[in-house]
Order: sequence, then C-alpha cells, then structure tokens
Amino acid sequence: MTERTLAVVSAGLGQPSSTRLLADRLAAAATAALPAEVVAIELRDHAHDLASNLVTGFAPAALRRTIDAVTGADGLIAVTPIFNASYSGLFKTFFDVLDKEALEGKPVLIGATGGTARHSLALEHAVRPLFSYLRARTVPTAVYAATEDWADSGDLVGRVEQAAGELAAAVEARPPAVREDPYADPATSFEDLLTA
Amino acid sequence: MQFGIFTVGDVTTDPTNGRTPSEAERIKAMVAIALKAEEVGLDVFATGEHHNPPFVPSSPTTMLGYIAARTERLILSTSTTLITTNDPVKIAEDYAMLQHLADGRVDLMMGRGNTGPVYPWFGKDIRDGIPLAIENYHLLRRLWREDVVDWEGKYRTPLQSFTSTPRPLDGVPPFVWHGSIRSPQIAEQAAYYGDGFFANNIFWPKEHFIQLIDLYRRRFEHYGHGQADQAYVGLGGQVFMRRNSQDAVNEFRPYFDNAPVYGHGPSLEEFTEETPLTVGSPQQVIDRTLSFRDSFGDYQRQLFLMDHAGLPLKTVLEQLDILGEEVVPVLRKEFEALRPAHVPATAPTHAQLVKEATR
Repeated sequence: MTERTLAVVSAGLGQPSSTRLLADRLAAAATAALPAEVVAIELRDHAHDLASNLVTGFAPAALRRTIDAVTGADGLIAVTPIFNASYSGLFKTFFDVLDKEALEGKPVLIGATGGTARHSLALEHAVRPLFSYLRARTVPTAVYAATEDWADSGDLVGRVEQAAGELAAAVEARPPAVREDPYADPATSFEDLLTA
Repeated sequence: MQFGIFTVGDVTTDPTNGRTPSEAERIKAMVAIALKAEEVGLDVFATGEHHNPPFVPSSPTTMLGYIAARTERLILSTSTTLITTNDPVKIAEDYAMLQHLADGRVDLMMGRGNTGPVYPWFGKDIRDGIPLAIENYHLLRRLWREDVVDWEGKYRTPLQSFTSTPRPLDGVPPFVWHGSIRSPQIAEQAAYYGDGFFANNIFWPKEHFIQLIDLYRRRFEHYGHGQADQAYVGLGGQVFMRRNSQDAVNEFRPYFDNAPVYGHGPSLEEFTEETPLTVGSPQQVIDRTLSFRDSFGDYQRQLFLMDHAGLPLKTVLEQLDILGEEVVPVLRKEFEALRPAHVPATAPTHAQLVKEATR
C-alpha cells in the first residue's frame, strides 16, 4: 500500500508559534495512529504570494507547489489563531485561493489557538462551516488550545489524541487521493455537447 | 508568423502625472495606434469588446471599419468578440459587412467576456456561458456558410428561411480564433472546427497554457484537421522597451505598480519571472518571444499588448516604432528559419481561404 500524505497547514504568525506547536502535536498524534508523510506548511511564508494571488488570479510558483501539496494530500490538518472571533485573515485567504472543489471529500482536522478558552467555540461557529462549505469531511473533534492548556497538558493531550485518531480513521477509510487532469481528453464528444 | 497588437481599450489614469484621457481621446488613440501598427509593418490589429467602464470599445466593427478605410494591409481582428451575449445573427452580418469594406482583411476571435454582469446586460445567464458559446457559434457558422438557414435552438428565437446579409465576401467566411485563458471546453471547440486557438497567456504562468494548448493540438488532430503541430495557435505578449534595459524598467515601473489588472500585487520582477511580461531592451524581447516556441511549439500569431495601464499615446507609438523596426523583423526571420515546412506559417488569410474554396 502506498504511503499516505498528510498536509499540515498552520496560520500562526509568531516564530515560534503556538499555532504551529498545536499543528505539530496533531500531526505527530495522527501519524502515530496511521503512518503518513507529513508536509508542514506555514502560511506566513506565503503571505506575500497570497496577496499577489488575490490581485492577479494566479498563484506564484512557490504557492502553487504548496496548494498542490494540500489539494493532493490524503488528509489535512488546518490550524489557525483565533482573531476577532474567527479564523485569521491569512488562514481564510489560503482557502479562498483554492479551487472550490479542491477539498471535496478530504478528511480534515481543524484546530485553533487563542489567549483564553473563551474563544474556543469559534472553531465550531467559524472554522467548521468554512470546511463544510468546501465539502470537506471535517472530523467531529476540533482541538482548541488556549495559553493555559500548554501548562495543563493532560487534558489537551487527550483531545489531540481523540481528534488525531478520528482523522487517521477517516484517511484510512478512503482510497488514496487521485488528482484529476482537467486537460485530459474530454469524456463527452463535442457532437454530444452540440446536441445537448 | 503574423505579428500584431491587441488592445483592451481601457481608460486609465497615467500614474506618473494623474492625467486621465477622455473617452474621445482614448478612442482616437486606439485608431492612431492601429494606423501606426500598419506603418511599422505589423500584420494585425485586434480590439477588445467591452461594455463596462473604464473600457471604451463597445462597438468593434464601427472602429475596425474606420481603420479599414485608412489602412491597406493590416488584418483587422478582435480580442475578443462576445459569442455568448451578442446575437450570432448580428455577428454574422457585422463581420461580413466589415469583410466587404476591408477587402477581406478580417478575422475574429471568439470569447466570453471579462465580467459576469455582461450576461444580464444582454438578457443572458452567466450559468449558460459555455452552452451559449457552443450553440451561438454553431449557428454563426451556418449563417456564414448557408444562404438560407432554418434553425431552432435553446437561446434565441428560431429562424425560418433566414438569409444573413451581406453574404461573406467571395462566399468565404472570416477565419475564426477562439480565445480562452482557462476553459478546456473552448480548446475542444476550436479543435472540433479546425479553427484557431488563442491562449491569452499574458497574465498567468506558462505551465497552465502548455497544458491547454497541448489539449487543443491533440484534439485538432483527433478531429482530422491535420497533425497536432499543424493546428493554429496564437499567443499574447506584453512588452516595454528602451535601448537600455534599466531605463525601460524605471519608466515602466509606475505603470506596472498601478496597473488595474495586477498592480499592488506582485513586484515587476516577480511578474516578469512568472508571465510573458518583458521589460527591457529590444534584444531581451526578441529572446523572450523566441522562447515561447520552446514551450508551445511553432505557432502562427503573436499579439502584443502595448497600450494599457495609462501609458500615454506618445510612449505607445514609440514602443510600436521599436517593435516594428527592431524586434519583429528579427522574430520573423528567426521563427521562419525554425519552422518545419509542413507547419503553416500563418492562419489562413482571406486570399488563402478563397483559393482553397475554389480548388
């Protein structure tokens, strides 16, 4: 069986970043449950390219490779800091520049970080609907890490393992991701289009 | 190969002095640019068709008819004609009329428009974009090729015993290109009819267009119009030149940085790396343009975008002098030397189509 791939997208802005830390914890737990090649992506590295993509309509080469890695992966871990009651603008911009079908059916684990646990439901009210709209298969457990959680590791570890297990099971249940070639010879002939 | 220019016809403020031309100035500038194209030895002038400000060319055949009267060799074309929202009956008649006035110096490029709202402005639905392009074009071909047409379709009233007038010059319809930046269906449509395919590659990276053009070439062969490398391919280009390349960069940068299409996004350096935009010396433009052949194969038409982003008319005319005097003569020679004998040098001209029809 071919090895699965897991794309891990972090929209953290600091270096080091607690958002990246949570993403890494989720990735480690997921690969412990299901061996997979991990492609770690820091959206911060693509901030300028994402702005260019919004303006020109195409992704510069480095961003294009990242988009291909995410859309071609068997599973996705997506972690954002919570800003003003929602995902960060950088996080949203990345998912805005994907083709709208790009994540259809893809198992996704969502996570978020913030200063206090008061913002935790932003995952359910903002991040989950985004992936529902994109028709991804978001696993039931979403993981929020507040600053205080990094001190009380027992509870966070439990949630990380629960969510990662769900993601691993969802990836394992699906055949490996296949990329469709939009420039392949068309399945329907032009005569059929004419008479449709 | 045929070399020419294509224009969007945008009214844009010159970012270096804040001056905005009036519509009248811009329209007259487009005409001056077309006349200059003939003067410096280019082959083609193509105008966009747009129905929203800040663009002025809503009525291409009015403009091209006027240019036809003031030129002798220039091929008049479009970039693009909206096959989705124009009535195919009116396209058939307008461009046949233009053929007569221009003694056959006419071809056109089909496209689907630059903005969603153009569909409702003309009573159409954007969700029907591709089906409209397919049905309307099929009717347009029949109107040009059959004197009396009975027709019924989904998107316009039926026709009974209808004759579009005037009939095409010498009974030969103009050659048609299909322009697309992303739709494989349009590449398929061009291939099905053995028409030309124009990939407007100027704003996006080449990898995408290699795939799109390869699809068109494969399907052109599949439908029996010739070998894949004999299909008619057109490409865009975008250049700004000065003798000293750093002068070109310095002069063009404010126009680039504020351009409506890509301004305030990537840097000039990033954009020249990713797209065909070339800002530099005439030799750099020659080298870059020749490299298109390595990516896309031998092709038949090269159109440059020269007048946009608020560049003043005087500058555009200087650019056309450089293009016509220093760049295109070299490109003609080099491309022609590389072209295998079985590959057509150009898309069919009116004279060639007449010859084929009488054979």
